[in-house]
Amino acid sequence: MSVDWSRARFYGINAGITLAFICAIGMVEAFDSRSVINPGLTLGIVALIWVPPLLAYLATRRKALEGFEAEPAGAQDLGAGALVGAISGLILVVFVWGVDALLEAGVAIRDVFPRLSPAMIEIVTFGRGLGAGLTILFVGCVVLATAGAALHLLSRPVRRGIEFGLLYVLAFSLLEPVVTDILEDNADALYARTGGLKPSAAAVIFLLTGAITAWTTHRDAPSIRTRYGRMDLDVQRRVTIAGVIISVALFGILPRFLGGIMNELLANIGLFVLMALGLNVVIGLAGILDLGYVAFFAVGAYGTAVLTSPGSPAFSPELSWWVALPIVIILATLAGLVVGTPVIRMRGDYLAIVTLGFGEIVRILFLSDWLSSSFGGSQGIRQIPGIEWFTGEIKGVDPERIFYMVAIFVLVAVYVSWRLQYSRIGRSWMAMREDETVAEAMGINTVTAKLLAFIIGAILASWGGAIFAAKVGSVFPNSFELLVSIIVLVVVIVGGMGNIPGVILGAALLIGVLGGPTQPGLLQEFQEYKLLIYGALLVVVMLVRPEGLLPSTYRSRELHHEEMDQDAWLKAGVGAGIDEEELAT
Amino acid sequence: MPRRKTLHLIAIISAFALILAACGSDSTETTDAPDETTAATEAPTTEAPATTEAPPETEPEAMFEPGPLGAVEVGPGEDIQIRSLQAISGDVATLGIPNQRGTELAIADFGAIEGRNVSIGTPLDDLCSADGGQAAAQTIVADEDVVGVIGTSCSGAATAASPLISAAGMVMISPSNTSPALTSDLAGNANPDYNPGYYRTAHNDLFQGRAVATYLYEELGLRNAAAIHDGDPYTNGLAQAFADAFEEFGGEISVFTAVNKGDTDMVPVLTEVAAGEPEAIFFPIFMPEGGFIVQQVGGVQGLEDTLLVSADGTLADNFLVLPESVGVIHSGPDLQFGENKSALGTSAEDFLAAYEAAYGEAPSAPFWAHSYDATVMLLTAISEVAVVEGDTMYIDRQAVRDALNSLADFDGITGSLTCDDFGDCGSQRISIVDHLEGETTAAEVGQNVIFTFPN
Amino acid sequence: MATLDQPQISRSRGRFAGQWVDGFVMLIRIVAVVIITWGLVQFIVQSASGTGGLTGPAFRDLLVAGLAQGAMYGLLALGYSMVYGVLGFINFAHGEVFMAGTVISFFISNALFNAGWWEEAFLLSLLIVLLSSMIISTLTAVIIERVAYRPLRNAPRLIPLITSIGVSFFLQNAFFGLFGPAVKSYPRPPEWLTSRRTILGFEIEGTKLLVIVIAIVASIGLYLFITRTKTGKAMRAVAEDKEIAALMGINVDRTIVTTFAVGGAMAGVAGLSWAILFRGVSFITGFIPGIKAFTAAVVGGIGNLAGAMGGGVFLGLAESVAPLVILEPLGVTGVSQLKDAVAFAVLVLVLIFRPTGLFGERLSARDRV
Repeated sequence: MSVDWSRARFYGINAGITLAFICAIGMVEAFDSRSVINPGLTLGIVALIWVPPLLAYLATRRKALEGFEAEPAGAQDLGAGALVGAISGLILVVFVWGVDALLEAGVAIRDVFPRLSPAMIEIVTFGRGLGAGLTILFVGCVVLATAGAALHLLSRPVRRGIEFGLLYVLAFSLLEPVVTDILEDNADALYARTGGLKPSAAAVIFLLTGAITAWTTHRDAPSIRTRYGRMDLDVQRRVTIAGVIISVALFGILPRFLGGIMNELLANIGLFVLMALGLNVVIGLAGILDLGYVAFFAVGAYGTAVLTSPGSPAFSPELSWWVALPIVIILATLAGLVVGTPVIRMRGDYLAIVTLGFGEIVRILFLSDWLSSSFGGSQGIRQIPGIEWFTGEIKGVDPERIFYMVAIFVLVAVYVSWRLQYSRIGRSWMAMREDETVAEAMGINTVTAKLLAFIIGAILASWGGAIFAAKVGSVFPNSFELLVSIIVLVVVIVGGMGNIPGVILGAALLIGVLGGPTQPGLLQEFQEYKLLIYGALLVVVMLVRPEGLLPSTYRSRELHHEEMDQDAWLKAGVGAGIDEEELAT
Repeated sequence: MPRRKTLHLIAIISAFALILAACGSDSTETTDAPDETTAATEAPTTEAPATTEAPPETEPEAMFEPGPLGAVEVGPGEDIQIRSLQAISGDVATLGIPNQRGTELAIADFGAIEGRNVSIGTPLDDLCSADGGQAAAQTIVADEDVVGVIGTSCSGAATAASPLISAAGMVMISPSNTSPALTSDLAGNANPDYNPGYYRTAHNDLFQGRAVATYLYEELGLRNAAAIHDGDPYTNGLAQAFADAFEEFGGEISVFTAVNKGDTDMVPVLTEVAAGEPEAIFFPIFMPEGGFIVQQVGGVQGLEDTLLVSADGTLADNFLVLPESVGVIHSGPDLQFGENKSALGTSAEDFLAAYEAAYGEAPSAPFWAHSYDATVMLLTAISEVAVVEGDTMYIDRQAVRDALNSLADFDGITGSLTCDDFGDCGSQRISIVDHLEGETTAAEVGQNVIFTFPN
Repeated sequence: MATLDQPQISRSRGRFAGQWVDGFVMLIRIVAVVIITWGLVQFIVQSASGTGGLTGPAFRDLLVAGLAQGAMYGLLALGYSMVYGVLGFINFAHGEVFMAGTVISFFISNALFNAGWWEEAFLLSLLIVLLSSMIISTLTAVIIERVAYRPLRNAPRLIPLITSIGVSFFLQNAFFGLFGPAVKSYPRPPEWLTSRRTILGFEIEGTKLLVIVIAIVASIGLYLFITRTKTGKAMRAVAEDKEIAALMGINVDRTIVTTFAVGGAMAGVAGLSWAILFRGVSFITGFIPGIKAFTAAVVGGIGNLAGAMGGGVFLGLAESVAPLVILEPLGVTGVSQLKDAVAFAVLVLVLIFRPTGLFGERLSARDRV
């Protein structure tokens, strides 16, 4: 089978629409103020240039199927890549030209599409006027797409080297505040004065990281995960403990070298790790889709606020944070029971909407004028004191110590969920997730198991709420919207449902770079498009890699058992003669 | 089994030990740091006295003696750093973006101070929420060179940002925070969220509430009113301020209720209101809920002759374009700036022309002039206290606060500015405007002033 | 936790937990009945004695408003219910399907208004808006199915549900990016439509009457489509059992697309109701109505089309009436703010009293498990 031209055409059209869409939603213009490589490349252009090569790469990719010999890539792949580039480039050029013509003609298209601005056209034509700019744009698309397709021609180490080299350059550029925080004055060697990597620094980073990746790929060393899996249980345990100690030590020391911005970010990530670990128990282990998870976060935060703040309207015992914490945990347990009990017997999908409803009810009650004499209504509760510590009060003014505080709780949460996962109850959760009826038939009490999952999730979220209240110093109902539940859900799913390191990685990547619902991430510019990216990520991850970035072994086995069956079936030779496309769909 | 448990225990204990060590050593290390602006970055109240002793040692030759909050040094060729912290994303961007631009224009008009340019760096976003304000403030205080902040847009963000800014010795001047909680009750008592170093040029909600109550009770002679808010801290505070003032005058608030953001069917809430038979409804909320109320009020019996009073949230073109919005009166900051001139000689007309030229549109919210004035106030204070010795400019943090505290009769576009003891500097003028037939834009409606407070 | 390591204790505890759950659910039932009854009694007493409660006309206005809002929820709920019936998962993004039609049709209505058609030929303009909103919603629904759901046909059931949450956020924010955040308002319908009129001794606003009539006509149309046409029968067959339907020569993929398309068209009709009733649209327009309609579909009994419509009307009425009739007499202040809480409480209570919804589920044997 040679190159599938209709497929290339299809991908080309998609690439073109994506490019036009990115321009039309104003991403290019909003991202343009940030420099990636200075001079030469802004984030606005980066928002566009990934599209043609990626889609060309995908358009010419061979499906790896057991039982079929994958055809080696050849020159016609380059042609297909160029076709993808040409079609996408043509669509983009026509789009930009059309917008420009309409704007020139005085048609009020901005009344409908406010982001179609002359400034956007200026950026995508590189400020060189329409003729020259559009030519560059078109040629650029073709060249980039061809390059994307050409990746198939390279050997695997070189390909991975290039891919990772580019990723590292982007990462170094985006992580500018972190790197500057750590290297301080030495960072001038990497970054230009007005922001962005220096071209020479970018080249060095690309070559260095690319070469290292290529070399490790070439050596074909087994992944750490495989090596870990091959160890004896006894050795495994020791390695795990060593790993934990090293990472704890690393995180114990790291914040001391970071400034307020990074520590604030780390503290926010930590809060989301706490919540995500809790939700991971509920959805990842027990398989209950809880869309009202924010309710427990709110209970934790408001509980702490009422118990510790002198500004609490009705009942204000002004307890110490540490005294309040156990009470808050009890409250969260009760909340878990009250929410969990009526819904426990419901079907999975009903659970989703009912928990969502409970989450909203909790927020509306905290917001309501009716209960404002107890919870402050929309004015919230202010003047929440910090957390007492031997060396003084820990509060939001001091993000470094807030981070340590969060880290302690994350450690406990990791330990708890790790132990739970491999305990009897953890195994019954997993059995329940796979098939509730069978689990019940095997003697697992699903009611107890589900309630327990709910309660543990609630308690972990309430810790997050308690720290959040002390950190921010005030609680307002608008910090507890449905969006929080959804973003925690995305963190768990993208990271890898049911896998603790995955959940932590998901929080670090998503909250760190994109930001939380009301927390900024590393990139201020992403603010407007954060939810768009969250939505798109959720869909893409579900379609391409439903087990998440770092999958749990059980979970991916569950999700892919059909594919495995299919591959086995093909291997047996039954599938000879079946059309590849048919299998793909 | 027991051995495994022991190992886990060891791991946990060592983790705790590490963290304890890290936390414990914290205070000593930072206080030892020989940095003249330590006070700016790390000033837990208990340690403040210790940190102030450090500066003189580091600059032995300098004549300049920094005050208790430290000072900012601006070297030759460096910029004076201030920051803009506004709500610039999402649906509240209409409020924050004109504020940010007002600051940009003011900096351009003010020009250099002693040969040094003023820079706002990357504009920051307060996300209109407490946690967003806190994170952004964290970014600001991490930079020891920042003197002051223009922001925030939303009061909720300020409650979390102002403690940080205050502790860092910086100042913040908000153009559009109106919550009384951030300053005082206007009777000489600071509210708990007031922090030294916080100022604002916007009016206090109590003032606007009193203005509307005065108009309804005294001008129109109404005795029974209802109030509807939407659960936003701003609308809730304003509705409450109105209700309190109206009752203080002797009127009756028959219904005080709320809708939710996202509600569409307003008949239930209007029925609830109609049961109290009010003569006026004060609903200081936003679009689209404000629009739903005026559209559906005709479908509820008992409210045919009721006067609808809104606030600056609906003084926006997409509300005023609704045919039903004719006859609704709006209260808001007095935009009748007339011939008022800022200390830089800029009038409102000059400003709007410059704004239009720079950004291709008119401001989308009424606080641009407050933002301009706030920036000019800050820059004036800086230029008054800046001391140049040799190549270096010193800006004493306490001196900036003192200059702002003693600010009186300062000319601004919004009128004459005088700071009280708790940061309320605004000209505190509220106007009430009428929406006449045929008008569909905020610019037109803003002209029909029927009442100003205080008059 | 330690006790769970020992099977016997765990089992006896389990039985205890089961009883505890039953007891708690019973307690909720009793409390709910007591509160509702007490609220109603108070309401009747107050209304009769004139110390509170509602006047007759006010109560009637509430009913009509609730009915109109409920009709709109019902139209949306049909989409949730149909997709659930056929595919067995909840299409969280259905609210966005509705939003897409409403937002884009706004620009058409605006153009019609500027051309003077809106005032001169209102019914024709309305028809154009209806068609455009139906076409756009249908297209959106079909595209979503093709891109996001078809590849997940055989995945575990939570996977497409989570995907649909992602689709919902993506669409919302794509519209935010494309059309900006501002709320835009449809032009006002002419005077003869908005005025009140008396039908069978019942005074009602013209717009609300029109919305209710549209919903009735659309449901009858849908009913005829499902029961009388071949495609409709195919849909029911697929809902009952996909594999057997395929064996009977039904093109399952095409039937599923049709289901999405019909659901989208109903959302388009709901979009027209919105345009007449509330008028203000923005990217966020579909989110809360979507969740409410989802709730309505569950309340009515999922998979049951008459139930979806009934559930919508029930939810709309409950939202409109319950705060003032049950909560306010109990002394709760600011009851209108609790409207959404009431809607979700209705959901919880309905599921506690009747786990299969008010009108019963209609699901295939496999889904009922």
